[in-house]
Amino acid sequence: MAATSLVALENVNKHFGDLHVLRDINVTVDRGEVVVVIGPSGSGKSTLCRTINRLETIDSGVITIDGQPLPKEGRGLARLRSDVGMVFQSFNLFSHKTVLQNVTLGPIKVRRKSKAEADKHALELLDRVGIVDQAEKYPAQLSGGQQQRVAIARALAMEPKVLMFDEPTSALDPEMVQEVLDVMTSLAQEGMTMVVVTHEMGFARRAANRVLFMADGEIVEENTPDRFFTEPGSARAKDFLSKILSH
Amino acid sequence: MEAFLNNSGAVIDGFTWTIRLTAVSALFAFLIGIVLTAMRVSPVPLLRGMAAVYVETLRNTPLTLVLLFCGLGLNSALGVSFAETTQWNVYWLAVLGLSAYTACFVSEALRSGINTIPFGQIEAARSLGLTFMQNMRLIVLPQALRSVIGPLGSVLIALTKNTTVASVAALGVQEASREMKLMFDQGVVPVIPTFIGFALGFLALCLPMGYVFGWLSKRLAVVR
Ligand SMILES: Nc1ncnc2c1ncn2[C@@H]1O[C@H](COP(=O)(O)OP(=O)(O)OP(=O)(O)O)[C@@H](O)[C@H]1O
Ligand SMILES: [Mg+2]
Repeated sequence: MAATSLVALENVNKHFGDLHVLRDINVTVDRGEVVVVIGPSGSGKSTLCRTINRLETIDSGVITIDGQPLPKEGRGLARLRSDVGMVFQSFNLFSHKTVLQNVTLGPIKVRRKSKAEADKHALELLDRVGIVDQAEKYPAQLSGGQQQRVAIARALAMEPKVLMFDEPTSALDPEMVQEVLDVMTSLAQEGMTMVVVTHEMGFARRAANRVLFMADGEIVEENTPDRFFTEPGSARAKDFLSKILSH
Repeated sequence: MEAFLNNSGAVIDGFTWTIRLTAVSALFAFLIGIVLTAMRVSPVPLLRGMAAVYVETLRNTPLTLVLLFCGLGLNSALGVSFAETTQWNVYWLAVLGLSAYTACFVSEALRSGINTIPFGQIEAARSLGLTFMQNMRLIVLPQALRSVIGPLGSVLIALTKNTTVASVAALGVQEASREMKLMFDQGVVPVIPTFIGFALGFLALCLPMGYVFGWLSKRLAVVR
């Protein structure tokens, strides 16, 4: 099982002080799979994402990426992190660097590519997310939707094995949500392995292979998007869906 | 006036030494300050502790004591020497004391600059696979530096004036205020005009620094 899974979490536990935020989490993500994580606020979705490239440490359990356990620190960890792309809710672009520099930083400094090669690849990626004309601007000069697309290009530039998205559209004005979801959908169709925390059900239905429903630090339900949204198995999921659908 | 003009060589000489002392100490203070700052935010508790103890100790010690320690403690008692001639030896001892002391203020300024960087950017850099040192060098320090150029200007102005302590505090380093005192000792210059002359000299040094750093801080500000 672990040999074929790209990402595997086994019996992962995590506390913040007294709060048990991740309870015996067992998850595997296969190559090319798109997994959507959904659940009420505070259920541990972000924490789950962040443990996968060790932005949060875990108390017990094992996380492996492509068969390799996550190193605790140092260069080994840095190398493994570079294979796990991360797209944050708040974009987190480097404010003192241009769009192009944001995208080429990792390839040049971590992957040791030449600047010419990194620039070329970055411009292709920026073209693909539809903002190649903004390459010389600074993040503060872009709209939220554009910034998030730069953030996706920055993550893609590392040619990661898997991309994590933590509520990538939650900080966006409504009219910008679609442009970001479109990029994500096309990535999913091209076979990118993705873990996406989102409440965008349209995206989940269109792009996800699997939905994980989390509540109180546990994975309560695991299902195909169709089944999950039409006939959720658990009472917690039913309750949650009725709340977000009534909006 | 005539007496002042007769001494203009000494005045220029004094201020030349002041500028030299300031520039070299500023350079070392900046480098030590960067190292201290990196230590203070490093993931290694021992390094963090050492840097904190250093900064809190020197920052809260009067500069006169620091320089006296360099002169009497290091040089006289422990025999530390940096050059053959006394003139250059005391000069380097003064540079040591001034830069060790000023580095604390550089580090405090940079640390407050680091606090202006959204933590998410540091996490984003980590998730790209940057090591701690790369993160400091490429993301953290450049932004921290650009947000504290104004305060660093104040540190430089303070350093410029602090060089005068070096001649008083046992070292007898050559610098402008020492030339002034020597002139008074010779009794050949009128006291009040000479005071004013030297004060204007320091003003002429420090005022442009304030303007240049103010201008730089606007020009280099990171837009968020
Ligand atoms: N650094 C931290 N220190 C202490 N508690 C934390 C920390 N980060 C998160 N928590 C707590 O852990 C729990 C899970 O947080 P997490 O951010 O993973 O939830 P989430 O499912 O992503 O919620 P949301 O939908 O609001 O983003 C919450 O109760 C939160 O308050
Ligand atoms: Mg969250």
